[in-house]
Amino acid sequence: MRHYLHLLLHEIRVMLFAPATYAASTLFLLLMGYVFYSILQDNSTSEQEVIPLEQFFRAFSLPVLFMVPLLTMRSLAEERRLGTLETLMTTPVSTVEIVLAKFSAAYFFYLLLWAVALGFPILADRVLDRGDLTPLFLDQGVLIGGYIYVGLSGLLFIATGLLCSGLTRSQLVAAMLTFSLLLIFIVVLPALREQADAFNGWLRFPLQYFEVTSHLEDFARGIVDTRPVAYYLLNTSVVLGLATLIVEARGTR
Amino acid sequence: MGPLQLSIMDTPAAAIVVKGLTKSFGSHVAIRDVSFTVAKGEIVGFLGPNGAGKSTTMRILCGLLAASKGEAYIGGISVARSPDLIKRHLGYMPENNPLPEDLRVVEYLHWRAALKEIPRGKQSKRVNEVLELCDLHRKASRKLIGSLSKGFRQRVGLADAILAEPEVVILDEPTIGLDPHQVLIFRQLLDTLRGKTTIVLSSHILDEVERSCDRVMIINQGRIVACGTAQDLRSEYCTGTAIKIEFRGDKQALIKAIATVHADYVLHAAAPRSANDWLPAQILGNKAPMNDELLLRTLSALPGVELRAFAREEPSLETIFIAATKRSWDTELKGRNASPPASTDAPRPPSTPVATA
Repeated sequence: MRHYLHLLLHEIRVMLFAPATYAASTLFLLLMGYVFYSILQDNSTSEQEVIPLEQFFRAFSLPVLFMVPLLTMRSLAEERRLGTLETLMTTPVSTVEIVLAKFSAAYFFYLLLWAVALGFPILADRVLDRGDLTPLFLDQGVLIGGYIYVGLSGLLFIATGLLCSGLTRSQLVAAMLTFSLLLIFIVVLPALREQADAFNGWLRFPLQYFEVTSHLEDFARGIVDTRPVAYYLLNTSVVLGLATLIVEARGTR
Repeated sequence: MGPLQLSIMDTPAAAIVVKGLTKSFGSHVAIRDVSFTVAKGEIVGFLGPNGAGKSTTMRILCGLLAASKGEAYIGGISVARSPDLIKRHLGYMPENNPLPEDLRVVEYLHWRAALKEIPRGKQSKRVNEVLELCDLHRKASRKLIGSLSKGFRQRVGLADAILAEPEVVILDEPTIGLDPHQVLIFRQLLDTLRGKTTIVLSSHILDEVERSCDRVMIINQGRIVACGTAQDLRSEYCTGTAIKIEFRGDKQALIKAIATVHADYVLHAAAPRSANDWLPAQILGNKAPMNDELLLRTLSALPGVELRAFAREEPSLETIFIAATKRSWDTELKGRNASPPASTDAPRPPSTPVATA
C-alpha cells in the first residue's frame, strides 16, 4: 500500500477539477438547504413528533440518489475511456491501491459535503430565537448518531458507485447504473418489504437485510447498534472486492 | 524454475525473450506463435500494417494483457507470473499516449516519479533531467497537459516512459504527431539511450525506424514474417538491384543493351517530349543482382544514347516491408489453396513494386 497516499492525493486533486464534483456539491447543498427550510417551516406552523435535526437526517436519501452517482461516475469509467488506467497499470501500483484510492477520494468528498450541510442546523441554532428549546437544532445524540449513519451508509453507496463505474467506459451509463441501484436500495426494497409483510412474511427478513434505510431511524434517534455497523463494513468490503476483481478481469479494455 | 526460465537465465544478454506467444480475442487470433529475442541495450523497430498485432504483443510484454499461450520474459522474469516485478523494470508509452488533462507537465512527472518508486530525494533531479532530454524544460513544463499540442504530449509520454530509467522501454507509435524538429530530438534521445536501455518501438514511419533501430521485426497477420538488421532483410527480400539513370537518345537501343547485360532487367522511363530531353529512369529486376559495372560500361559505349547519371539505389525499408508482408500473404494463400490446386484466379494481395519483390 505504499502508493496509496500518492494515488489518493492525485484523485482528490482530479475531483477538485472535475465539474461533476461541483454539480454534486451545488445540487446537494441546494436540496439540503431546501429540505431544512421546509422542516423549519413545518415546525413553525405545527407541532412535530420529532426534532428538526432528526427530520433532517431522515431526508438523507433524497440528495444521496443524485450526489453519489455524480461523485463516482468518473472514477474508473473515465480513466478507462481515456486510457489513463492503462498507463497507471504499467507502474508498480496494485489494482487494490487504485480502487481504494478512488473510493477514498469520493468518500472524502461525500463526507465533506455532509460536513458542510451541518452548517444549516448550526446556522439555525445561532440565528433563530430558540427560547428554551436548546436541543432542537443541535442535539448531540441525534447529531452523532445521524452522522455515524451517514458515514456508514456512505461507505456502501460510494463503493456501489465505484463498482458501477468499473463496469463501463461511459460516465453516463455509470451514473445511471448507480442511480438505479441506489433507488432499489433506498426506495424499491422498503416498498417491497411492505408488500412482503402483507403477502408473505418470510420475505420480510431478507428484504430487510438489504434495505439500507432500515437502520436510519435508530441512528437518527442517537442509538448506535453494532449490527448495522458490521453490515455496512462487510458489504462495503464485498463491493470493493468485486470492483477490484472487475478492474483486474477487464484490464484496461 | 522451469526449463524455459533456465534457458533464459543462461543467456544474460537477452533483455526480452518471447516464446510462442498467442493471443485470441474470442474466435479472432490477434497474434499467433510469436517468438523473438531482444538483446540488452538493443533498439528494435516493430513494423506491421494496422491490425497486425503490434500493440497486442506490446501490451502482453507490459503485463496489461494475458497471453492465451506462450511465455514472455523481461530480464529473465516471467511477465505472466510476476507482472508486478517486471513493472519495476519497464517503461511503456501506449499508442494514443493517454495523459490526464488537468495536470501540469511537471506535476504529472513528479506524480509518476512517486508511483514509479524513484526515491523522494532524487525525484526532482530526475524529472528535470527527462524534461531537458525531451525538450520540455522551457515553458512547456509549467503548462497544463490538456493545452499541449500533439507533439508536446508525445514528448510528455516519452519523458514518462524513461523517467524511472527502466532497463526496457516499450514505445507504441512514439513519433506520431512529431514535427521534423521533434523527430530529430526523439532520434537524439534514442541515441542517448542506445546501449544502456533496451527499446522496442513500433512506428509507421519506416525511414525513422531504419535510422534509429539496430534491428527490425516485421509482423503481419499476427505472425513475425521478417526479423533482422535492415541489411539482412535487404539481402533476404530484395535480391534484385535498382539502378537510377538519366539519359537522352534512343530508348529502344537502351532497352536492348540492358537485356544483353541481364535478361530479367527492364527499363522504366516516361515517354520523352522531345529527342533532346534528359529523362530520369530506373532499371529494375527482382531475381538476381545486376552487374552494375558491366551495365555502366555497356551503356556508356552505346551509340545514340547519352548518359549523365548512373546510381545504384538501396531498397528502402518500405520496399522490404511490402515484400515481407506480401510474402506472408502469399504463403497464407498457398496454405489455404493447398488442397485444391493453386488457382491463378486467386485473390492477390497488394502488388509489390517491380524493383525488389
